[in-house]
Amino acid sequence: MNSKPKPELNPISLKDRMKILRQEMPENPPNERNKNFKEVNLGYELELTKVEAHRCLQCSSPACVKGCPVGVKVREFIELILAGDYLAAAAKIREDNVLPAITGRVCPQEDQCEGTCIVGKKNSSVAIGNLERFVADYERKVGKVGLPQRAKLTGKRVAIVGSGPAALSCSGDLVQKGHDVTVFEALHEIGGVLIYGIPEFRLPKDIVREEVENLKKMGVDFQTNVVVGRTVTIDELLNDEGYDAVFIATGAGLPQFLGIPGENLNGVYSANEFLTRVNLMRAYRFPEYDEPVYDVRGKDVVVVGGGNTAMDAVRTAKRLGANRAIIVYRRSEIEMPARKEEIKHAKEEGIEFMLLTNPVEFIDDGNGWLKAMKLIKMELGEPDESGRRSPVPVSGSEFEVPISAAIIATGTRANPLVQSTTPDLKTTRKGYIEVRDKTLKTSKKGVFAGGDIVTGGATVILAMGAGRTAAASIHEYLTGGIW
Amino acid sequence: MFKIITAKFLSPETKLFEIEAPRIAKKQKAGQFVILRVHSRGERIPLTIAGSDSEKGTITLIVQGIGKTTKLLNLLEAGDSISDAVGPLGKPSEIALYGTVAVIGGGVGTAIAYPTARAMKEAGNTVISIVGARSKDFVILEEEVRKVSDEFYLMTDDGTKGEKGFVTVKLAEILKSGRKLDYVLAIGPVPMMKAVAETTRSYNVKTVVSLNSIMVDGTGMCGGCRAIVGGASKFACVDGPEFDAHIVDFDAMMKRNSMYRGNEKVALERFALQEKDELERVRHECKLEGMSDGVDNK
Repeated sequence: MNSKPKPELNPISLKDRMKILRQEMPENPPNERNKNFKEVNLGYELELTKVEAHRCLQCSSPACVKGCPVGVKVREFIELILAGDYLAAAAKIREDNVLPAITGRVCPQEDQCEGTCIVGKKNSSVAIGNLERFVADYERKVGKVGLPQRAKLTGKRVAIVGSGPAALSCSGDLVQKGHDVTVFEALHEIGGVLIYGIPEFRLPKDIVREEVENLKKMGVDFQTNVVVGRTVTIDELLNDEGYDAVFIATGAGLPQFLGIPGENLNGVYSANEFLTRVNLMRAYRFPEYDEPVYDVRGKDVVVVGGGNTAMDAVRTAKRLGANRAIIVYRRSEIEMPARKEEIKHAKEEGIEFMLLTNPVEFIDDGNGWLKAMKLIKMELGEPDESGRRSPVPVSGSEFEVPISAAIIATGTRANPLVQSTTPDLKTTRKGYIEVRDKTLKTSKKGVFAGGDIVTGGATVILAMGAGRTAAASIHEYLTGGIW
Repeated sequence: MFKIITAKFLSPETKLFEIEAPRIAKKQKAGQFVILRVHSRGERIPLTIAGSDSEKGTITLIVQGIGKTTKLLNLLEAGDSISDAVGPLGKPSEIALYGTVAVIGGGVGTAIAYPTARAMKEAGNTVISIVGARSKDFVILEEEVRKVSDEFYLMTDDGTKGEKGFVTVKLAEILKSGRKLDYVLAIGPVPMMKAVAETTRSYNVKTVVSLNSIMVDGTGMCGGCRAIVGGASKFACVDGPEFDAHIVDFDAMMKRNSMYRGNEKVALERFALQEKDELERVRHECKLEGMSDGVDNK
């Protein structure tokens, strides 16, 4: 698919390109940003973008493209930056990724495109994510989003369940192919985890809204306040409402608790609840907005977990005015699943890390409120099935930390609402939906599934990739008619 | 937008609404609830559905004005719209032929108990209803409940209507008389539900309560509504809202429900000063109808 490299666009020799340092992402200063919800990363200015683009070696067989779960044509869009055609660069990304302003911000590029970049072998890799973000933001600022043309209408109707990244990318592809697409969302706002989960300071909600507006312009119909499994079932969508296919992209939205004493005390939250209150409901602006969240101002808060959600929660607690905002994680820093950038940002903002530490108990103040947490020290033993060394408790090392709120961010599970009301839908032992490998077809005719509801909690870009795969597969089914 | 078709006060602080929500009306069963958001800055609150008309495409909600949002709701009139309504959520009541069923409604809980009482009657049960209220002005749905009951008892705390005393006084009387009850449903304030559970415990009568926990999404996503039932953590929104009363930890439930008491007070005081602005927000957004969600991101 990739065209031939155009070395004439970059006068700098390959050897000299390797010597240019990676352009740092400009950021709001840590001691200001940990008091507000403004976006932390400010984005490249044009000059930084040009310098960074010149670092690309324009490989004839670019490893970065293979490193991208949706195969964004990285070298080609960087060449369009070199040529000064930023709108064309954005359009090039959109061929494979309909949400570039979002992925440019939240993708774990260090494990994907940038992780495979050849420059990264000797120097720091090309900042592909920052370049992607620049062209996507440029396109938004000049207001000329290169929305793809819609094919001739097919008259086929597809229902998409959920409105997170898998759903949005699937809806964009299907509507382009001329199908009629309705997206059903349970909450009152479209975007799924992009709205309720990822905080404003990492992904401004206006960006999500603009991407949703773009999809509306392309013809996608969005319906909020519909809980598939309650308001309407999959069978009703297929049999009574005339949908020809259904794509289930409900995510892994069920919070996991620790199952230790005191977990129901006031002040103990799931990360889902804490973040939903703050992000979706804007509790950080109570009482201007009605929904409250526990007032952490001047209080000490623990967040349990080491993933991106834990970092989001702990940095949110800090911004709400917490005195100490502490990460409790049972392994060491290198095993943390969170992006390095998030860990770095958290540290800069004054987040404390209690590593190799595990919760034992939440302690009651006598009135049903959390007053402290009992923790235990851990040490790393043999590697487990994930390849990470599994932590073992150090006996007799229990200690207490006085805290007023605790947020549990140790992962999520599958929400069973859709599965339990669709009897002929096969699920795994853990409740995720079973699909046939590449086609994402489920055990039920006309029904496809993808994203976290199939894989378990993963990343925005993997979910988007699944959405694209599903769209291709649904298109084939709708036009070929073969199940 | 969800349009209000009918709005009328049933008692000084309790109002009945019929709201256009065709999808919910089609699916609603006794015991299920909706989550509402009045306007773009509103909180999400759960309200049990008192009834529905699938032909008209409306659901009936009965709202007691206690907190900011319910007081704001009770300012709304027919023709106004609310921003969001989602449902029907939760598991429906387990309607079956049990034999003799006692349905107990305390205060606005009567509105929630009513559809289940009716469904129990339709299923062939002998229905004994006990309705409780503070005083005569706060009695709601008396006629409706009476109609679906084989026996009907009205209790007021001050004796201004019906008999004087709590609903549990009447329930204990029935049980002591040696009558066999096969199923008891109690819906009302947590202390009332706890008292009912204690009353029936020694008689070994299956007793069910509907928990009014604090919720956000109502679909199992946040876990804010978790209650301790039989020593385990359950989500009222998806595992309930109805649970076996004899194994619910009501004391923990009361504590959890008090979590935002300070915020509620602040919101209410603020609301008292700007009722008109709030009402204006609802009506303004209603006119815009989706043109803007009124959200900003300062």
